[in-house]
Amino acid sequence: MTNNTKKPNLKSNLAGIRSPNPFWLASAPPTNSAYQVSRAFEAGWGGAVWKTLGHEPIVNVSSRYGGLNYDGRKLMGLNNIELITDRTLETNLKEIRQVKRDFPDHAVIVSLMVESTREAWHDIVKRTEDTGCDGLELNFGCPHGMSERGMGAAVGQVPEYTEMVTAWVKEVAQTPVLVKLTPNVTDITHMGRAAVAGGADGVSLINTINSIIGVDLDTLSPLPSVAGKGSHGGYCGPAVKPIALNMVQKLASDPGFGIPISGIGGIQAWQDTIEFMLLGAGNVQVCTAVMHYGFRIVEHLISGLENWMMGKNFCQLDDFIGHTVSSVGDWNELDLSYKVVAEIDQSKCIHCGLCFIACEDGAHQSISQTRIAEDDYPSIGSAAAVTLSAGKTFIAGAGDGYLNKYEIKEDTCVGCNLCSLVCPADGCITMVERESSIPSMNWSQYQDRLAKGEMEPIPPPEHL
Amino acid sequence: MIDKTHLSAELLAENFADLHPAFSRDEAVTDASRCLFCYDAPCTRACPTGIDVPRFIRQILHDNPAGAAETILDENIFGGSCARACPTEVLCEGACVDQTLLKSPVQIGRLQRYGTDFAAEHGLRFFEPGADTGKSVAVIGSGPAGLSCANSLRRLGHAVTVFEARDILGGLNTLGISAYKITTEFSLSEIQPILDMGVEVRLGQRIDEEGLSRLRSEYEAVFLAVGLGATARLGIPGEDIEGVVESLDFIFQSHTGPLSECRVGQNVVVLGAGNTAIDVATQAARLGAKKVTIAYRRTDKEMSAFAYEYDLAKADGVEFRWLVQPVEFIEENGALTGVKMSRVRAVGEGRSARLEQVERSEFIIPCDMAIKALGQTPVLDFTRGIEGMRSEDGQLIMDPDTRESGIAGLFLGGDCTHKGAEIVDAVQDGKVAASGIDTFLRKDS
Ligand SMILES: Cc1cc2nc3c(=O)[nH]c(=O)nc-3n(C[C@H](O)[C@H](O)[C@H](O)COP(=O)(O)OP(=O)(O)OC[C@H]3O[C@@H](n4cnc5c(N)ncnc54)[C@H](O)[C@@H]3O)c2cc1C
Ligand SMILES: Cc1cc2nc3c(=O)[nH]c(=O)nc-3n(C[C@H](O)[C@H](O)[C@H](O)COP(=O)(O)O)c2cc1C
Ligand code: SF4
Ligand code: SF4
Ligand code: SF4
Repeated sequence: MTNNTKKPNLKSNLAGIRSPNPFWLASAPPTNSAYQVSRAFEAGWGGAVWKTLGHEPIVNVSSRYGGLNYDGRKLMGLNNIELITDRTLETNLKEIRQVKRDFPDHAVIVSLMVESTREAWHDIVKRTEDTGCDGLELNFGCPHGMSERGMGAAVGQVPEYTEMVTAWVKEVAQTPVLVKLTPNVTDITHMGRAAVAGGADGVSLINTINSIIGVDLDTLSPLPSVAGKGSHGGYCGPAVKPIALNMVQKLASDPGFGIPISGIGGIQAWQDTIEFMLLGAGNVQVCTAVMHYGFRIVEHLISGLENWMMGKNFCQLDDFIGHTVSSVGDWNELDLSYKVVAEIDQSKCIHCGLCFIACEDGAHQSISQTRIAEDDYPSIGSAAAVTLSAGKTFIAGAGDGYLNKYEIKEDTCVGCNLCSLVCPADGCITMVERESSIPSMNWSQYQDRLAKGEMEPIPPPEHL
Repeated sequence: MIDKTHLSAELLAENFADLHPAFSRDEAVTDASRCLFCYDAPCTRACPTGIDVPRFIRQILHDNPAGAAETILDENIFGGSCARACPTEVLCEGACVDQTLLKSPVQIGRLQRYGTDFAAEHGLRFFEPGADTGKSVAVIGSGPAGLSCANSLRRLGHAVTVFEARDILGGLNTLGISAYKITTEFSLSEIQPILDMGVEVRLGQRIDEEGLSRLRSEYEAVFLAVGLGATARLGIPGEDIEGVVESLDFIFQSHTGPLSECRVGQNVVVLGAGNTAIDVATQAARLGAKKVTIAYRRTDKEMSAFAYEYDLAKADGVEFRWLVQPVEFIEENGALTGVKMSRVRAVGEGRSARLEQVERSEFIIPCDMAIKALGQTPVLDFTRGIEGMRSEDGQLIMDPDTRESGIAGLFLGGDCTHKGAEIVDAVQDGKVAASGIDTFLRKDS
């Protein structure tokens, strides 16, 4: 925190679409209706991408979602086999017009997906823009249901189609056009460049990832189960964030790309938002977190972002958007001489042994375990909790008369970070820099020097 | 005769309901998710029976309560009783690293109950008798030590006969633990799977010196686990007045008959401040005594009751009088009216401080019931005569690794070998003795 108490300006402009803040709802069930989008804007969302429209309402199956839980926490990931809007085009357009009239300063973007003909796209673009919406998002990403009908991912997975359909839309569109990309491709940059070639004003990514969320161990049927059968669904939620970040950065750093990005995928906390923006997203869209907790989470997203910006002395979003893009590069460019080792702050250690077993079985056998007699425990400098009962002391972390003291063997630690990642105690294991025995160089330079006989090969790490 | 409790059946049921109610699945999973799955886990090391705590907690977390029950019962066949009555604060939970991290431990005891309850409710059995070895062992005493040993011996394939003086199995586990921790029914139901392993039982057989030597000749090995005897006498005037009762009898009544038949005074004084004294005082309060006072020679700093037991008694409204000592029980028309106490002062520090009576400091605490809770005495009169048996300070001596006494083939464990330990210690003794006996029997052949 700094003394800077002036709230930063969160106004956002993505490809010409303005919104009071960078938080949009992604095209999904939370943006089904005027009722929901109005509630969202009242709650503080800056924009909403309306649930994807088609010419005809589709019919959904019952039993549509599946959740991935992790050791007691729900919905690390969410999977769905839902299709685009199940309401008529007329109803949707009427409601979009209404919302736009009620909330003129908020961004209303309409997601579209129709059959792959020029006429169909021209028609829907014109009718949609007639509502007064602020922009269009072309849904080339839905991984299930629609692609079987030549729509959604069937378009988004073929660069030529992406370019062609985008171009058709641009022939008539008056408002900015975003292309929503599917992550179910081998190289996202091909799709990004195709959107650019078609004239897109920006892209949104990621849509959901092909997935099977699980199998019911009682009935042995796939989940979600529709009368005992399942289908390949779309995966989203917190677990997909790293995949989305990777794709956003890849596009942002691609010299052949260069248009704005709306970042989507697993955003649930303010920190996620900032990471997307640092890696090149101009704003963000959220779906699963709202499906889980409701529109109210936006208050927390906004206050977290504001406080972080104030702490960093950033006044507006442009001060940091894309800041970290160029720091991500090829592995070959990383400095081989950079050296960190783990360091344990004994005063914070709770004696759980997780670092030890992780390094012993999963890394480089570089943590030692030493038994310290319970009575000698103050000698470790441990701050373990002590219970007094029946005139005796009981030390948390002790048992059978001893406590384990864990120490890093610096000479063999390769600095992989694993122990610091598993350690449950805040700030207990840190990675600290050490002077390297080799000169600063990357892999290519190393190969060069080896070839020229300027140095000996770097010795491999020692193992037990 | 002291009156029966005046409380209604509903109120009694409420007062004697589980101290720690069973976890629902949601509660269990949420608490289990707090467990860090420690390596060389302190909780396991702090458990006298060495239950693999992180393993069973993870089994609960991952919806495998049957697996959790097996993990628990494999090390501790009285896992259900221990889940209810262990002083977890000074054992597994006292060692739990979440004490440091979150200032409160994983509720290991309640999770253990969740696992063992599941097995009980579904009638699951995990262990089978081992291949018959042709050897037979006599176990004297059916408390947790004796029955734990019997269970382990059956798993190893030895024939077992248990001799029990009372006409009910389980020792103090059945009769001595406050009913809001372990009910009679629960204790007996937990014993059933052990009997189903093919353990023979002889109830109502108090073994004496002669009986012991007979058993030693009839069986290839004998495990002696007779626990402790009656509460120590005070040796002051009036000890036989009606209304002066001993702690075990007071507790036993809540197990041998319905709660509504339990007798309790209006104004109760408990002498002593160990865990038994606290149990007695709490039980008196819960049976409806208007006033319960614990009188102790030293202060709360020196008392041997665990902190959470002390808290429990305070929460039940029990009052404490420190640095006082009983001198005489007072009667009127044959009924108790009070205990004459004298103040004492401690000379020195801690539990070893010498106590001096303060002159002319006597006063009377009025009461209609006084309960002696001064710790149990050893019952080893009959072993005194046995040649080779060694004891020290009233406790029998044996090899801690095998629990073999100085006499070949005679093994010892449970409370009779250490004053006032816990159920879990008795269970472990039984286990260790079983493997000691197994080694002994196999060496023999
Ligand atoms: C009031 C009270 C409350 C307690 N509360 C707790 C608690 O909350 N938690 C906890 O963990 N522990 C508690 N304990 C301690 C626990 O009950 C004992 O540590 C445990 O029961 C000891 O087991 P054991 O098998 O050694 O002896 P016991 O349980 O005493 O069993 C001994 C058995 O041997 C039988 N026997 C005795 N003599 C003979 C003989 N000559 N022939 C045949 N049989 C004989 C007895 O009838 C008895 O059945 C409490 C103890 C008391 C007294
Ligand atoms: C039930 C459900 C329905 C969705 N429907 C659409 C849709 O109609 N059009 C679309 O472009 N994306 C749709 N999505 C994808 C989301 O807009 C979003 O891209 C994806 O869920 C990733 O974001 P998240 O991790 O915040 O959920 C849907 C997602 C879910 C969970
Ligand atoms: S950083 Fe990696 S190698 Fe070093 S101690 Fe930690 S886990 Fe082991
Ligand atoms: S993981 Fe952290 S808290 Fe646990 S033993 Fe290692 S250093 Fe200590
Ligand atoms: S000490 Fe606590 S956190 Fe660690 S394994 Fe045991 S119960 Fe779990």
